[in-house]
Amino acid sequence: MSTISLRIEFGGGLELLFSNKRQHTLTLSSAVPFDNNTKIAPDMLSGVETKPADVEYLLFYLRDILLQERPELFMEDKTVRPGILVLINNTDWELEGEGEYVLQNNDEIVFISTLHGG
Amino acid sequence: MPSKVCALCEKSKAILKRPKTGQQICRDCFFYVFETEVHNTITQTNLFSRGDRVAIGASGGKDSTVLAYVLKALNERYDYGLHLFLLSIDEGITGYRDDSLETVKRNQQQYDMPLKILSYDELYGWTMDRIVSQIGKKNNCTFCGVFRRQALDRGAAMLNVDHIVTGHNADDIAETVLMNIMRGDIARLGRCTSIVTQGEDTIKRSKPFKYAYEKEIVMYAYFKKLDYFSTECIYSPDAYRGHARTFLKDLEAARPSAIIDIIHSGEAFEIREEIKATQKVQQTCKRCGYMSSNDLCKACTLLEGLERGMASSGITDRARKRLDAEGPPPGNLRTIPFFQPLSGNPTVIIEAST
Repeated sequence: MSTISLRIEFGGGLELLFSNKRQHTLTLSSAVPFDNNTKIAPDMLSGVETKPADVEYLLFYLRDILLQERPELFMEDKTVRPGILVLINNTDWELEGEGEYVLQNNDEIVFISTLHGG
Repeated sequence: MPSKVCALCEKSKAILKRPKTGQQICRDCFFYVFETEVHNTITQTNLFSRGDRVAIGASGGKDSTVLAYVLKALNERYDYGLHLFLLSIDEGITGYRDDSLETVKRNQQQYDMPLKILSYDELYGWTMDRIVSQIGKKNNCTFCGVFRRQALDRGAAMLNVDHIVTGHNADDIAETVLMNIMRGDIARLGRCTSIVTQGEDTIKRSKPFKYAYEKEIVMYAYFKKLDYFSTECIYSPDAYRGHARTFLKDLEAARPSAIIDIIHSGEAFEIREEIKATQKVQQTCKRCGYMSSNDLCKACTLLEGLERGMASSGITDRARKRLDAEGPPPGNLRTIPFFQPLSGNPTVIIEAST
């Protein structure tokens, strides 16, 4: 089973939802359930429809595994809550296909909330 | 996915999709267009004159931090000839404002600008912590908003500045347009999109980021690695604004130009003369000399309510009548020092940056 390692960073107040920690590293299986179900262990995927790990799956993973409180402040439907900026390797995710971007080993994904006081 | 090339220089890798135009641009072109658009806003509206003393209302948050950085850069690049200051208001909110003021103090060093901090405690004799302990979390934003507005003007008078600039961005202004429409507040709807506002004798206020999208301000801070503070105020947020904000962000997700479109709508509204005529005439507060549309300004009214243990008298007419029925205020009532705008010389020693 191959895995990918990711660096995740939260800013703009979003870190408060994630144990008040800005930087996280995590390892994902490179194949994930097509329906973004995060409850299925990577070694239990036989017979489950899969897709390459993408940013959309990462959002579900962060919400279900890493987030500590108020999930509605992070996600809405299948994407981030409007007002949260996402950068993939220092590039606006809107230029990288947003949720459909297929994650590569050592990618750095940054989430910044614009919703907190100016 | 192959990386995209910048639509402006056609050389470097694009890193940002501009919400205003949909253009894909590289890092250096982004810095250039962001700064140049602010410069264009400043020159097209004749915002400043050479030699102006300008205070940047600095909270330590993203908008005012980027504003301080960009104004300093433009002042040098285009030789505006401005004297820039940082002005911060300490509302006295433990665990919130004390932390963000630390950021402002670092900005003072980083940007080499003099800093003045004026506290509610000093000016009104009350911190927000103490106000909330008396009145609870409901309505405390009313106190904070009224007190902050006057404190900024008074801090600016102490610095002897001509002009206060604030970090209000396009998203903030679009939000305010929506709120004023929903509340039917015609007077505010008329003036909330103006880039400059000025009362009778108060200091000029302006919003150089009027057309700057929040997304770009945050991206700018991120790529420039600017030091800013972000956390929610620990007291109850302005719920009405929160709804307008969520609505606006949803609109923006569907159509990014929505923000600038709403601002243009706000600018295009015209108030009929007969509506204007019913609006109150500005006068000065009989107690503290600040501009007011009644005998007493809002801050004096709120302060009197706090001092007499009837804080809601500044919020509702009914409670105000109850307060008036108790008779005139006692002679030893704490009041706000009399307002003396633009005296000629700075009335305080400002903390020099080193």
